[in-house]
Amino acid sequence: MVKEYKTIKTQVALPYEIAYGATWTRFFEGFKERKIYGTKCPQCARILVPARAFCPRCFVDTEDWVEVSQEGSLVSWNYVNYRYFGMPTEPPYVGGLIRLDGTDVGFLHLIGGFGLSDLEEVKKNVKSGMKVRAVWSDERQGNIMDIRYFEPIK
Amino acid sequence: MAGRVAIVEVAQISGGDSKDNYYDQAYLVTKEVLAKAGVTKDEVGAVVSSASDIFHGGISCASAYYNEAVVAFLKNSSRQDGESLFALVYGVMRILSGHYDTVLVAGLCKGSENPPNDTCTGMFGDPFYLRPIGMNETVAASYQMRLYMERYGITEEQCAKVAVKNLHNALRNPYAHRKGRYTVDDILNSGRIIDPLTTLQIAPKSEGFVAMLLASEEKAAKLTGKPVWFKGYGSSLDTFHFGDRDLLQGQLKNAAAKAYRMAGLTDPRREIDLAEISEPYAFQELMWYEDLGFCGEGEGGNLIDSGVTRTDGELPVNPSGGVLANNPYVSRGLQRAVEAFLQIRGEAGERQVAKKVKTALVHGTHGFAGQCHAVAILGSQE
Ligand SMILES: [Zn+2]
Repeated sequence: MVKEYKTIKTQVALPYEIAYGATWTRFFEGFKERKIYGTKCPQCARILVPARAFCPRCFVDTEDWVEVSQEGSLVSWNYVNYRYFGMPTEPPYVGGLIRLDGTDVGFLHLIGGFGLSDLEEVKKNVKSGMKVRAVWSDERQGNIMDIRYFEPIK
Repeated sequence: MAGRVAIVEVAQISGGDSKDNYYDQAYLVTKEVLAKAGVTKDEVGAVVSSASDIFHGGISCASAYYNEAVVAFLKNSSRQDGESLFALVYGVMRILSGHYDTVLVAGLCKGSENPPNDTCTGMFGDPFYLRPIGMNETVAASYQMRLYMERYGITEEQCAKVAVKNLHNALRNPYAHRKGRYTVDDILNSGRIIDPLTTLQIAPKSEGFVAMLLASEEKAAKLTGKPVWFKGYGSSLDTFHFGDRDLLQGQLKNAAAKAYRMAGLTDPRREIDLAEISEPYAFQELMWYEDLGFCGEGEGGNLIDSGVTRTDGELPVNPSGGVLANNPYVSRGLQRAVEAFLQIRGEAGERQVAKKVKTALVHGTHGFAGQCHAVAILGSQE
């Protein structure tokens, strides 16, 4: 939109180099091997995924690493049809909040493996509560997009 | 509380955009509030401001840019980045310390200049997981909305009614950015950019420069015949990991309970005359009704259907148009307090509600799907 008054257009680009820390490092190393790891809280016994160093509720170390299921059920989802800074892929795409089997928290990722161009068609394939399974990239870098998406289990 | 603190005067500059720059707007709104209160810059004891580096590309960095524009030069002053209602309570605390009898509280946001709010809120995520997966406040809200509708049988139409009400209320508010007569169908057909949300159910990005002068009880008596009292406050912040949170049992209930306790409210639905709440996504107003105790769990849809929260209803909510009508992300909570102040004083112009407002609730929220909430209670009576 053209503004009717004098403006200056300016951008800020700030490069950062940020430590993964031990827990994210180990979690993403698992991705290279097609494994999803969580950590278990010794106090509340919840299995947290992604893995983390401590339980946010109990404030105690989570020392037990467990490989969690690559299947789960869809808690909630969206159909994203706009472009925005930081979008994980070209729209339209489906995002999903997934409860991986045996874990106690939600895991965010994409839902795919079917046509995405039409919302009404997507609604036939995507329902809250449905079972989904991780689909991995052939070449994995050790980051969250090593999982391409979660596909519905027919 | 150890003593009483009053809001003496308020000022605001807001709407879609302005040719004035941030620095001058900070000055203008501060000048206006001091003039209304009849107070010189030297009489202001301390200053607390609310601004955000993320939203302004660093120009507001730790208040260095606008310090003197909010009369903070040579004074004790500090800057709050995050929910702006925190700045109100920090200002109140300055007075309760006994060292200051007046404090200026300012919230500064020039939404017309920042990148899309989604770009800024995307920075709230961590760089390992949430950012690469494309998280931002709108994405978070879309998950929350579907969960809410499916869990309680809330309809899209009920969610859209919030936007119909608030954008209609905004027609009477000269400070609002987005306003109009829309039908439920207009709202639902306004562009399904992120199903289940549509464009007019998502708050715009707006300007909001707001200032208020706080005073001790003794000083307030000298400055105004119509003080508005700070009665109570509570805030609560949920844990960081999005998947860990119960998106339907968030922190607002906890924040409200603290504020009600401090204000001595036991039946908020009857004791509160008016609420100005932050609903950056239309359905959230329904959820917040429930968490604030205005209706039972899952009954937010019924409450909007009943008309109780209309401007002419028993419990008007967002007669200003709320955040859907004007969304200065950083200062939106403080702007709710300004609106509640005007309603309590009977100075809200065309948007003044018919009923007498003795006690008002104001609410601010920040972060993904209401990660952070703050609630303040203001009132005309000691
Ligand atoms: Zn625990």
